[in-house]
Parts: sequence; C-alpha cells; structure tokens
Amino acid sequence: MKEVKTDIVVIGGGPAGLASALRAGELGANVILVERDFELGGILNQCIHTGFGLSLLGVELTGPEYAETFIEKVLSLNNIKVFLSTMVLDIKDKTVYGVNKKDGLVMIRAGAIILAMGCRERTRGALGIPGERPAGIYTAGSAQRLINIEGLMPGKRVVVLGSGDIGMIMARRLLLEGAEVLGVLEKLPYPGGLTRNVVQCLEDFGIPLYLNHTISEIKGKYRVEGVIAENLLTREKFFMDVDTILLSVGLIPENELSKKIGVRLDPRTGGPIVDQNRETSVEGVFACGNVLQVHDLVDEVTRESYIAGEGAVRYISGKRKIEGVINLRPGENVRYIVPQRLSLPIDSPPYIYFRPQEPFTNCQVIGRSNGREFSLGSYEYARPGEMIKLRLKRELLDSNLDIEVSLVGEKG
Amino acid sequence: MDKELDIIIIGGGIVGTAIARELSRYQLNIALVEKEADVGWGTTKANSAVVHTGYDPKPGTLMSKLNVQGARLFPSICGELDVPYKKIGSLVLTPNEEGFKVLEELRERGRLNGVTNLEIITQEKLFELEPNISKDIKGALWVKDTAITAPVELAIAFRENAEKNGVRFILDTTVIGFEVEDGRIESVRTDRGILRAKWIINAAGVNSDDIARLAGDDSFSITPVKGEYALFDKEIGNWVNHIIFPLPTETTKGILVLPTVDGNLLVGPNECITSKEDTNVTEEGLKEVLTFAKREFPDLPLNMLITVFAGLRAKELNRKDFVIEPSPVVENLINVGGIQSPGLSSAPAIAVYVTEILRDRGVKLVKKKDFISERKAIPRFANLSWDERARLIAKDPNYGEIICRCEYVTIGEIIEAVRRGANTLDGIKFRTRAGSGRCQGGFCGPRLIPLLSQLLEVSPSEITKKGKESKLVIGETKR
Ligand SMILES: Cc1cc2nc3c(=O)[nH]c(=O)nc-3n(C[C@H](O)[C@H](O)[C@H](O)COP(=O)(O)OP(=O)(O)OC[C@H]3O[C@@H](n4cnc5c(N)ncnc54)[C@H](O)[C@@H]3O)c2cc1C
Repeated sequence: MKEVKTDIVVIGGGPAGLASALRAGELGANVILVERDFELGGILNQCIHTGFGLSLLGVELTGPEYAETFIEKVLSLNNIKVFLSTMVLDIKDKTVYGVNKKDGLVMIRAGAIILAMGCRERTRGALGIPGERPAGIYTAGSAQRLINIEGLMPGKRVVVLGSGDIGMIMARRLLLEGAEVLGVLEKLPYPGGLTRNVVQCLEDFGIPLYLNHTISEIKGKYRVEGVIAENLLTREKFFMDVDTILLSVGLIPENELSKKIGVRLDPRTGGPIVDQNRETSVEGVFACGNVLQVHDLVDEVTRESYIAGEGAVRYISGKRKIEGVINLRPGENVRYIVPQRLSLPIDSPPYIYFRPQEPFTNCQVIGRSNGREFSLGSYEYARPGEMIKLRLKRELLDSNLDIEVSLVGEKG
Repeated sequence: MDKELDIIIIGGGIVGTAIARELSRYQLNIALVEKEADVGWGTTKANSAVVHTGYDPKPGTLMSKLNVQGARLFPSICGELDVPYKKIGSLVLTPNEEGFKVLEELRERGRLNGVTNLEIITQEKLFELEPNISKDIKGALWVKDTAITAPVELAIAFRENAEKNGVRFILDTTVIGFEVEDGRIESVRTDRGILRAKWIINAAGVNSDDIARLAGDDSFSITPVKGEYALFDKEIGNWVNHIIFPLPTETTKGILVLPTVDGNLLVGPNECITSKEDTNVTEEGLKEVLTFAKREFPDLPLNMLITVFAGLRAKELNRKDFVIEPSPVVENLINVGGIQSPGLSSAPAIAVYVTEILRDRGVKLVKKKDFISERKAIPRFANLSWDERARLIAKDPNYGEIICRCEYVTIGEIIEAVRRGANTLDGIKFRTRAGSGRCQGGFCGPRLIPLLSQLLEVSPSEITKKGKESKLVIGETKR
C-alpha cells in the first residue's frame, strides 16, 4: 500500500474540488486532490454548452473551458498533487483510502479533509415509475455523457421526464443531434430548472413543456416502445410514441463517504450540516459544491469552494476557534438554508443560500432573531429552481441567538 | 447438427441449469436451449431468493419432499460452485394471540416434513432479534435454518460448471415447435434451426405448458401469478436480521421483508394473476407491497428505494404441486412444470429427481471419470480485504480501476465476466453487480457501452441491455 501525508486532502476533482484545492494551495498548504475519473473537471467536461463563468469571470464559457481555467492554475502549483483515476473507498478519521491502477491501494493521511464528491441523479427505480424495464431509459446526465464524451446517440424519439436543468439542456442537445423530442413532462405546476433554460432550451426550439404531467407507465419489454403520459390535474392519459426516456428528476448529494466518518446530514439538502466556513459536524472536515447543496450555477460552486479551502487552511494552522454557535432555521416558505449554522466569533456577516418552497412574486425575505425582525431583501420573483443568495444583517447577529429566515409574498 | 444429442433441456432458469449441471456428471451429450441471451432471466431473476427449509408445503406432496431435499443440498452446492449462501433464519410473525395456533400448525407441518430447528418465540425474544419490528407483533415462529442465496449467480454457476463438463448452451434461441412421430419427438424446431435428441426435458418455467402443448401434451396448465418487489439501498440492508414472513395464507407465504446476500433490503412479493408476458410493476402493486411492509416496520425509510421489479410464479392450480414426470402422451418428453415457490430451494433436488426419472426410463447413466465438481466465482473486489485487494491488483492492475462507483466493481471483473460469456449489460450486472447499486448504472452505463464494444469487438450500437431489441444506442453522434 502506498502511503502519503499531506495537509489537506480534497475528494473530488470537479469545480468544487478544483476551487477548494486551488485556494488552499494558494494559501500555502500542501494539498492532495483525488479524482476517480481519468481527468479533472468532473461533470463540467460533459457540459459542452455555454453558460458558465458569467458571474464569476465575466465571460461566458463552456463547461470544459471553465474547468480548464481552474485546472491550469491547480497544475501550476507545486504544492498541489493530483491523483487521477483514483477511487476513494473509505475514510477513517483523517485518513483516506483509495485505489488506482498504478499504485494499487493508496493511503493518504491528512490534517483536514474537503468533501467535494458532487451529486448523482435520481433514477427511475427510485421513483418507482410503473411499467417494464427496457433499454432506452437514461438519466439526463448519463445521456449527456454518452453523447458529449462517448459520441453515441441514445435514441431517435425522446421524451424527457422532469424539467431539471440538465433535462432541458439535453432536450435541446438531442434535437440538435437530429432526434425528435416530443416534450418535457413536469409533475409540478412550474419548471424545476432555471427560467433561462426554459426559454433557451425549450421555447426557442419549440419543445413543448407539459406542466402537471408525468409518466404513468413505461411500455416495451426490450427497448422502450412508448410511454403513457398522464395529466395530473385532469387524470387524462395519452400515449407518446418514443424509444427513449430521459430523466431529470432531481440530484442527490453523494454523501456515502461523509456518512462513514459520521458527518451529520441535513435531510432538507441531503448534504452535510455546515457553518459559514463550510466545516461539517466533524471537525476538520469541510464540504463544498453539490455534495453540500445542489447548485444552479458553477460560479457559486466556485465561490463556496474558496470558502471551504480557506476554512481548511485556517483549521490546519490551528487558528480556528469556535466560541459558540448560532443556528439558522428555515422559516415560512423556505425549503432550506446553507450554511445551517454560524460559528462564533463572526468577523463579517456571511452570505446565505436558500430556495423558496414554491414560486412567489413580489416577495420579501425576513430574518428573525431574539424577537426582532429585519428585511433582508425584496424580490420580484422567487422560484425553487433558482437559488437565492443574500447577506445577513449585522443587527441580526448581535444577540448571538438563533435566526429564522422566512419568505413572504404573493404565491405564483 | 454435428453429433446426435442425447438430451436437450429447454429453458435455462434455475431448474434447467441445475438439471444440466447434474446430468453433466454422466457420459451424455447434452445441450440446453434458452430463449434469452443469458441464463436465469426468467422467474429465476425475480424472486425472494430464499432457501426455504420445507416446513411449509403440504406434507406428502412432491413439493414438500423436493423442497426439504433441495434445501439440504444447498450448502454443499453453493460451496462447490462458490455462490453466496447465508443461513440467517426466518421469522413468521403473528399480529395476534390467535396466530400462535397457526404457528403451531406450521411447526407440526414442519415436523411431518422432517424439518427441525423450529421454535415459537414471544414478543420479548422477537424484539431482541428484530429491534425495528412493530410493537404490535405478538410473537413468531423462528425457523433457524432458512437461508438466502443469489439465484441468478447460481444459475450462472451451474452453467459455467456444466459447460466445463461438456454441456452446450444454445442461448438467444427459442423453441417454436416439435416434429412428433408415433408419440416421439423426432426433432425440436427453434427460431435458429432444427435440433435432434433422444430425450427432451421441458424446464421452460411459465412457458412449460406451452412447450408441452407444442408436442401435443396438454396434461398440465400454468397460471402465471405475478409478484412485485421493492429493493432498497444497502444503507438500510441491516434493517432486519432475518427473513420476515407474515402468517401464510392458503395460496401464498405473503409479503416478505428481508436482507439480500449483497446487503440490500428487499420487500415483496404481492400476488396477482396475470399473463405470461406481464412483468410490469404497477402503481397499485408497489403501494400494496410498501404499505404492508410499513405495518410491520413503521419507520421503514421509503426514500431509500433503489428499484422495483416483478416475477411470475408458474402455478399449476389443479394439482397445486410440481409437475415433474414423463409426458403421458409423448414418450421421450419429460415435463418439469409448475415450479412455483419453493422452486429455487428445490432445484438441486429436482435435478436429481429428473436424473432418476431418466434412469427409470432406461437411460444408461455412466459417470464421467473426469467430472469437475468445482467452480470459482469472479473475484469481488468490494468484498475483499485490503490485503487481498493489493494482491489482486499486483497480479492484474485492471482490478485497481473501478468502473461502478456504487458497488466498487473493477474493470478486471468486467473483463473476466466477458471472458466467461457475458455479452450484455444485464449479463455484466448479474455477474459483477455493476449497475445494480443506488445510481442504477447512471455512472457505469455510459462507460460500459464502449468498454463492452471494445471487449466483444462489435460496434457500440450492437451492445444490448438484455439481448434481442434492447439496444442501448442507435449509433454515433453527428460530429
Ligand atoms: C415472486 C416470486 C417469489 C419467489 N420466491 C421464492 C423463494 O424465495 N424461494 C424459492 O425457493 N422459490 C421462490 N420462487 C420460485 C422460484 O423463483 C421459481 O420456482 C424458479 O425460479 C423457477 O425456475 P425455472 O427454471 O423453472 O423458471 P425460469 O427461471 O422462468 O426459467 C425458464 C426458462 O425457460 C426459458 N424458456 C421459456 N420458453 C422457452 C422456449 N420456447 N425456448 C427456449 N427457452 C424458453 C425462459 O426464457 C426461462 O429462462 C419465487 C417465485 C416468484 C415468482
């Protein structure tokens, strides 16, 4: 077994892993970045559409281009070592166990761990969609990998179930590749992904979006031979003649490794409970990116990962002290908040991320603590598909008591 | 056809493959014909995987005899063929005091069938054995010798071992008719050509009555009875320690909650008469199964569901027993039909029983001197110790590259599975578990298609999920 020692080990070489490793490396720490794929970049490598980097870098890049800007920087630092094609199998305390073809088993002892494993897609099985179990059912991300990395076409006539971002992006991609896309079915009354994708991927290409619809049965013993679509309001059913089903029905933060070391998870996000430095319930273990919360935009992943990188460096340098905790609680109409707690002392009011339970217009975000109430911002629209980021107010933190964040406004 | 065959076995389920392996001990020229691209894809891939001890079938039936004998053969067969077998015991629950009477009847039935190691336990002991169980349950019959196994792996192991001993497997080939002359099958018609043999063994599962009928024999008839299942994440695989049964009814052992040999949690099956093609999972069916399990285990986390599936019981409703006998109409046809539950548990004994029927009918059974009784499974990286892993990688670095991130399956295992005959995604899945974890092939699927294409030397568009029309991709993208 190959044994190595380092200050910080980062698990996952996608945008979160890259940015957290980079920041930790820039601050002088010795870092090992472990990635299971043969290249860095994670899911960005298969996202060949544009839409990355506008808010952080001021230019609109494709996924691979965005990844490349970070990969170059990471590789230019001598104090960051990269292990590719290396799968982490286990973690015990601060020791990470992995495997690869070249070294066999690898044991990495570190002072701090940054979890950046990303997320996986919810599957057909997890939804228990009735019907047969033929070939031709893909999660949107798997189809994206097939098309954009392997250069293979999954099918000719496609229906997409779920209006997550990758689903809408893949609807457009398949159409451009010559497939017929019969529609995107969404069980909720509003789309799951960004409005920008509804417009640019569906409307601009004439792909129908069926809200309040689902697939009530899959037909075909060997290959998909069609689906029965159902209008959930009228209970009307109709047949869609497709040979391929793409699923974009949610992403699940991949925390199997986190659980092995006892990291506490937030059932609302599926990710670890963290403080403003992205430190989890296990000291010296940090988390960032989609393993923590499913993001809409990579720019925010990068920002969050910088924070985790800084936090990890502060931890190993022994400068981090926790003198108390304030809990952040989702109040009315708020699905979740990240971070879930704040460690005291707080130097400057941190940013929080959250999503509304359902769509709102003309709404206000309200923070409550110690019987006092502050407006934290007002918004023309708030949609579950679009994460809200805002800064807490100093006054809210004054009493060092728990804070509840709510959203009030007109539904719809 | 080169040499004339002595025996053709129709159907490569657990029963057909067990027979093939048993008969491969003798100097016989044997072929097995299976309509799917691999063995074990009929009922054998969709059942509870329980090796019942045999306390349950009606005393005096063929079913009770073969179940008890089969269950006794299981540990040694799984040992020889390197297939998982775990004796974890089962509990038949009673929700009320009256139920204890039923439990006592079951225990008595067990005694008549020759099954020992049965104990009736009260609440206190039960909660000790199963802490997650509903506090409304009053007691249970503890059947200490009940085991779980891996049915498809066993069918694959039977195949590999039978092949090694000379049996030919003709896959992806459907029997579509017979040429019968003077009450004898002269030839077997398949969708790929004609086969001839002295003896035909019909082990075609739910289709066994159709096969018999093709030869003019309508002495039995199969009613397909569907059972639906929900499979849960390994994270809750230890939710139960035993196989949990409700009180049985006249027709079924009821909906079970049990761990699988791979560490998942399985719930099912329900019961519904249907057609022979219908392995659909329905919304109502799934709800029925889950609601039932929730009654016994109120805290069961349903969000841990990873997949659903359904299987067909091949029931002979008139005889309510296995039908294993020479055809009353066709001289050289032996029917092995109506193999409903506990068909898996009975399979090793069914194979021996069929061998005895052949002997009775005058088939000369001469043992091969060079019979090979053992078979090794493909190494499972995930289940090895760190030392064993290191040694394996040192021998073959492909065992250091993981392709299935949920089940930790390595490229080395995939290569070995292909070498042993896997040529579909499901074939890979059943041999290695790649794609059977929580992401259900989302990660490894797109990577396995090009890998299989390379290993099998065919284009990616010829790679299928499970043979026939189950192609995974239609070709290359535009670029
Ligand atoms: C819901 C359920 C739960 C069960 N649970 C248990 C349990 O826990 N324990 C237990 O002991 N038993 C159990 N059983 C029973 C057990 O699964 C079956 O008895 C056993 O799998 C039957 O095996 P088989 O080989 O007869 O059938 P199959 O596995 O169906 O094999 C028949 C094969 O014949 C092939 N075939 C059909 N027609 C043709 C043709 N024309 N040409 C060529 N090939 C053909 C099919 O493709 C198939 O592969 C259960 C069954 C069900 C349905």
